[in-house]
Amino acid sequence: MNRSDDKLLLANVSRRGLLKGMAGASALLLAARWDLGLASEQAQFGAGAMPGGWVDNPNVFIHIDPEGLVTIVNNRAEMGQGIRTSLVMVAADELGADWGQVRVQQANADQDKYGNQNTDGSRSMRHWYDPMRRAAAAARLMLEQAAANQWGVPVHEVKAGVHKVVHEPSGKELGFGALAKAARKLDVPDRNALVLKSDSELRFIGKESGLINGELKSAHPKAIDGEDIVTGKAVFGADVDLDNTLYAVVARPPVYGAKVKSVDDSEALKVAGVKKTVRIEGTGQPAAFKPLGGVAVVASNTWAAMQGRKALKIEWDMGPAGDNADYTSEAYCKSLEKAAQSPGKVIRQKGDIEAALKEADKRVSATYYMPHMAQSPMEPPVAVVRVKAGKAEAWAPVQNPRATREGIAGILGLDKENVTVHQTLLGGGFGRKSKPDFVSEAARVAKEFEGQPIKLQWSREDDIQHSYFHAVSVDHLEAGLDAQGKATSWRHRTLSPSIASLFAPDPKHIQEFELGMGFNTMPFSIPAIRLENPPAPAYVRIGWFRSVYNLPHAWAIQSFAHEMAVAAGKDHRDFVLDLLGPDREVHNLTVGDGWNYGEDPDLYPIDTARMRRVIERATKEAGWGRETKKGRGLGLAFHHSFVSYTAVVFDVEVDDKGKVTIHRADIAFDCGPQANPERIRSQLEGACVMGIGVALKSEVTFKDGVAQQDNFDTYLIPQMADAPKVVRVHLIDNADDAMGGAGEPGLPPVAPALCNAIFAATGKRIRRLPVGDQLAS
Amino acid sequence: MVTLTINGQEHELDVPDNMPLLWALRDVAGLKGTKFGCGIAQCGACTVHLAGQATRSCVTPVSAVQGREVTTIEGVADDAVGQRVQQAWLDLGVAQCGYCQGGQIMNATSLLKKTPKPDTQQIVDVMAGNLCRCGTYNRILAAIERAADEETSS
Repeated sequence: MNRSDDKLLLANVSRRGLLKGMAGASALLLAARWDLGLASEQAQFGAGAMPGGWVDNPNVFIHIDPEGLVTIVNNRAEMGQGIRTSLVMVAADELGADWGQVRVQQANADQDKYGNQNTDGSRSMRHWYDPMRRAAAAARLMLEQAAANQWGVPVHEVKAGVHKVVHEPSGKELGFGALAKAARKLDVPDRNALVLKSDSELRFIGKESGLINGELKSAHPKAIDGEDIVTGKAVFGADVDLDNTLYAVVARPPVYGAKVKSVDDSEALKVAGVKKTVRIEGTGQPAAFKPLGGVAVVASNTWAAMQGRKALKIEWDMGPAGDNADYTSEAYCKSLEKAAQSPGKVIRQKGDIEAALKEADKRVSATYYMPHMAQSPMEPPVAVVRVKAGKAEAWAPVQNPRATREGIAGILGLDKENVTVHQTLLGGGFGRKSKPDFVSEAARVAKEFEGQPIKLQWSREDDIQHSYFHAVSVDHLEAGLDAQGKATSWRHRTLSPSIASLFAPDPKHIQEFELGMGFNTMPFSIPAIRLENPPAPAYVRIGWFRSVYNLPHAWAIQSFAHEMAVAAGKDHRDFVLDLLGPDREVHNLTVGDGWNYGEDPDLYPIDTARMRRVIERATKEAGWGRETKKGRGLGLAFHHSFVSYTAVVFDVEVDDKGKVTIHRADIAFDCGPQANPERIRSQLEGACVMGIGVALKSEVTFKDGVAQQDNFDTYLIPQMADAPKVVRVHLIDNADDAMGGAGEPGLPPVAPALCNAIFAATGKRIRRLPVGDQLAS
Repeated sequence: MVTLTINGQEHELDVPDNMPLLWALRDVAGLKGTKFGCGIAQCGACTVHLAGQATRSCVTPVSAVQGREVTTIEGVADDAVGQRVQQAWLDLGVAQCGYCQGGQIMNATSLLKKTPKPDTQQIVDVMAGNLCRCGTYNRILAAIERAADEETSS
């Protein structure tokens, strides 16, 4: 497949995004190119390029019973983004199902059958919107054909309505249930012959519902798991209930890479209910998704296991931990700040940066620090595994079912065909549950208890101390302004340990997918640009945290752009709109980004007009430029991530004790076409609050390789009082572009917008997160 | 052996006196709606009602509960206020992942039973100990106000 073909496919993937892909192609050709980008080695971009690719076979995803109950299989992890509702809604709408007769069934881990299941990168809807619509359209066509066959009429005379098929000339009708058996026996229609519903025929997709900026548009929005959640019936990882279950907790090495030297479990075994202890071999460094090692205590209930763990006497061998045992945050931060003063690996350059900086009328320089953070989903890692007769069965809240299955197979020495992974609801994920180390631990323990389920529970202390931490970072920026206050030069050095250190010897430099999260994709129009990446080693497990490296890059770039505006004596919004330059599409390859979240840069370039629109919308809605009283101010930031565009304006007040009150947040968001605006809004509201935590509260520090925070009394996350008093989400109506992500893009601009607002309110510039007590005077 | 009255039913549980109610509910009584989040009364996911009062079950030993009425999220719908709170949660699409929401609902219900028409600051103060990592606080607040409105208008 050549590049242009692939572009056509992706245009088709979002029908409403046809305008872009149409250039130079005929509509006829477009209508018949569903085949391109099939899960194959040839697919370069999008869903087809993911492991397992996509699947659109209706018989895999849609089942209708004789009573008409429609069961739709959801193959993505539900972790609060609402995908079980939204994706099922997409299929139900295309099928014509009555929402009251739709059920969801969660797919087990099986990428051969269900296509890609790795729920990260804000990909679920943008990669599965079209396959699910096609699967549903094919099922609808099969129901229509079955009806036509039964009535002996041509298929073009029949049409599916809501949960039934109608023969208009005669007025005959048959329900989906009555037709299901016959329809199932028919051949699946050629996907190139499918005609999806027009927008005017849709009942759910793209329709606003529920709570919109404080107004209830329609009560009781569609929520597949809503009732189960509010009645306590929803089944999360720890809620799996199997007979004869034993409960385990694990004492893990306090420092990454350390091992058990010796263990005395005699006191632990005296604790009532404790059955046994199990040594889990550490798998050394890099850890990937394998267990950290340690000693598991297995008991008749979780409480007994925890008491038993307290009674263990373990001597740790720090030798294998190497330098990790010396890792101390303050010293590390200083070493990065020092390294930031010297040139690093050149990532992108344009013009003569040294000359431009030298000739500048005014120079601005700043260094920003963002600490480690733990994702800390409210449900700590937990898994249930049973090993029996050479087979393993797991029930777990995991974002990556395939890696979970492979991890279990690996630690037990089984073929993956002998491993079944049932996906439970996730009590939050945020990247932590992309790494199924905790399921492999449970499998290892379960191996010692043939036939007996082991529920392995992480405590909150385990979760915070043994996270796959968000990378700590230092960003050093320097810019030049001319006499008119216009930016002439921009030098940015970013330093943070790489997630690649988790899988291979530490490269000490961040990788293409990390640079591509807002660093080399910085879209400003400045004559001289130099982007560098000096080295930064990893001493702990580094992993994905919602929006990942976009967090430090947006925080530094958006804070610095504001500092430049202040130095230039210009309005922040006017200054950044000028920095963005004329409306244009920045092709990712032209800025050295070969990644682009896995998407085709021809279809998903960095579009500065879309960026401008969200900035204009957020500032307009917030009343940008209005007078504020002393101690109160507005702050702006914006960012492109996961092929979507977000701008945030905060209205913030800081009292004389340094207490921050957020009066209002205005969030403008453009993700192209919206499948379920109701859940997009909730994602942006939630990302706003999480970002406030990043800005104000959350930090994990290390001393001698040991995390110094271990529960919510020391590792602080937002409370209700931290949330903005008012949150307004302004969705940009944009049917012209291809669909972008929605789970993560809301997060990156939050911390810089908040810190810019704090500056506007107080004149105090925050360059080190979290804000903590820095404002206390 | 400890005898507990949970959602109006008596349960005889073979657990030590010092076992927190949370684990007795989850691992022994088989009531899994009450969640473990922190174990030190810092997050509120484990909130139940003890004689109508919101209580952190993760730090409440079963010995302190004997002979008192325990209500969990599974039983809160028996209470009219609890039911209204649950409905408000659904109406406003509060939940994202949902893990903390049982605890949030229990605390909100307890608040409204004592203070049928709380002002915003009272809600924020009472709900301070219930964490939600998905960040649904604005909708939680709106849902509590909605349930309160319905209560006073009915």
